[in-house]
Amino acid sequence: MSKSKAYVFGDNVDTDVIIPARYLNSFDEKELAAHCMEDIDADFVNKVETGDIIVAGYNFGCGSSREHAPIAIKASGVSAVIAKSFARIFYRNALNIGLPILECAECDRISQGDELEIDFGSGVIKNLSKNESYQTEPFPPFIKNIIEKGGLLKSIR
Amino acid sequence: MAMTMTQKILAAHAGLESVRAGQLISAKLDLVLGNDVTAPVAIQEFQKFGFDKVFDTEKIALVMDHFTPNKDIKSAGNCKKVRAFAGEQKIKNFFDVGAMGIEHALLPEQGLVIPGDCAIGADSHTCTYGALGAFSTGVGSTDMAAGMAGGVAWFKVPSAIKVVLKGELPKNVSGKDVILYLIGKIGVDGALYRSLEFCGEGVAALSMDDRFAIANMAIECGAKNGIFPVDDKTLEYVNGRTERQPVVFEADNDAEYDETIEIDLSSLRPIVALPHLPSNTKFVDELGEKIYIDQCVIGSCTNGRMEDMRRAAAVLKGKKIASGVRLIVIPATQKIYLDCIREGLAEIFVEAGGVFSTPTCGPCLGGHMGVLAAGERAVSTTNRNFVGRMGDPTSEVILASPDVAAASAIKGYITVPEE
Repeated sequence: MSKSKAYVFGDNVDTDVIIPARYLNSFDEKELAAHCMEDIDADFVNKVETGDIIVAGYNFGCGSSREHAPIAIKASGVSAVIAKSFARIFYRNALNIGLPILECAECDRISQGDELEIDFGSGVIKNLSKNESYQTEPFPPFIKNIIEKGGLLKSIR
Repeated sequence: MAMTMTQKILAAHAGLESVRAGQLISAKLDLVLGNDVTAPVAIQEFQKFGFDKVFDTEKIALVMDHFTPNKDIKSAGNCKKVRAFAGEQKIKNFFDVGAMGIEHALLPEQGLVIPGDCAIGADSHTCTYGALGAFSTGVGSTDMAAGMAGGVAWFKVPSAIKVVLKGELPKNVSGKDVILYLIGKIGVDGALYRSLEFCGEGVAALSMDDRFAIANMAIECGAKNGIFPVDDKTLEYVNGRTERQPVVFEADNDAEYDETIEIDLSSLRPIVALPHLPSNTKFVDELGEKIYIDQCVIGSCTNGRMEDMRRAAAVLKGKKIASGVRLIVIPATQKIYLDCIREGLAEIFVEAGGVFSTPTCGPCLGGHMGVLAAGERAVSTTNRNFVGRMGDPTSEVILASPDVAAASAIKGYITVPEE
């Protein structure tokens, strides 16, 4: 159970804006986190607080397969990403590195700064600011196993 | 149970009689690919988790193509790391500067992916090999590390969209226009998690380079893969490039598709994708006011192949590019580079006022060899026009075919070749 503040973005947030390619000469997570979301919201890294949750629309993480994108988000302190849908490579990458993500059809009800509480066991998101709750798509057991083991490589090791 | 072409390839690699959409499977891999941006992360993870040997020294390809010849010290360090790993692990298909080309042009050229294969690559445009009738898809570095260690990957079996192609493309219209048209029609997530299966009598008239350009951009509408049936052209292309036997899979006649889209190739016209999504398409003849450009890039894993070079050269021959426009031509592999010189294309590009570079992904992702300044605009034969893709976040990229890009370089604004 985690209680956090929502940080809202729109549809089609691509991996080029999550972490621009000019920073891909490094894969140090702190360096990447310092430029997270830079081209879509230059102030993001100054405003984001540990535990915050990114909330977005359709097709979050589309574009390049760079794992640097979920790494940058995770290292910036973001505790989870909720979106209407995820681009498939980002979806895999996030699970593989242990960044919690949830697909939620109702997440456009969430506003910037709303206080959220996620129960990963039941997949229910509580919006404490609006006194609402939303059910998310549960993960199949195979993927739950990857998450519970703490990422893909731990699950196969 | 009836299966799509993709499902058949996945079933065969999972050792199953049949699979159905939504099923989670573990499939054996014929190839695991990484480049100088994604492989360093994969190698770090591979080593961190204590794997000591790759599953097969011949089934891994490491291609130093993104920031090479190295653009800065950090990129050089990354390549050095991959080079050392390739040496230690005795990886046969390590392509360094001098041998490397843009991965998705290079691997088919080298015969490293053939019909019926199941391949993953830590690069989103790995879906290119669908042109050969292979299943291939982009993954991240951790999946690549797991693939290098165990030779398998997990997949959720995709459902599919059937794209029926009819007729033949008019002159000055190519594979790039077909895929931009399709993305414009279904949107950047129109095929999310699904396969695009191309079929119909129109396929036969498409060249292999057209098919590569089309399959390459399947990811730009969210698809897991884009795949073409194997025909004489495919087998002719593969012939002599490998000692392995191609395996031809065909979709069942009664395979189920989520939807069917028909495209009459003969009705297509030159099309571009305006900033900042590949789906923001418009036919060039419907643009209205002139859209001026500062730079023109011809190359990339989408359009850096020989036919693309020939198309651009045919437009540029004997012409000069507009004053104030910078033309950058980048053939995708060393072989294409050499063929351009031998056929006199290099001369055409340089005499037109352009530069002619050795292979690199460079400008496509704002790496090097053509980064844009604030407020600048490029027409480019690459595959993405996201915010900041080619440089400053206020710069713009317009995606186009080689014909349109070359014609636009001459005029200084987006246009089609003159008759």
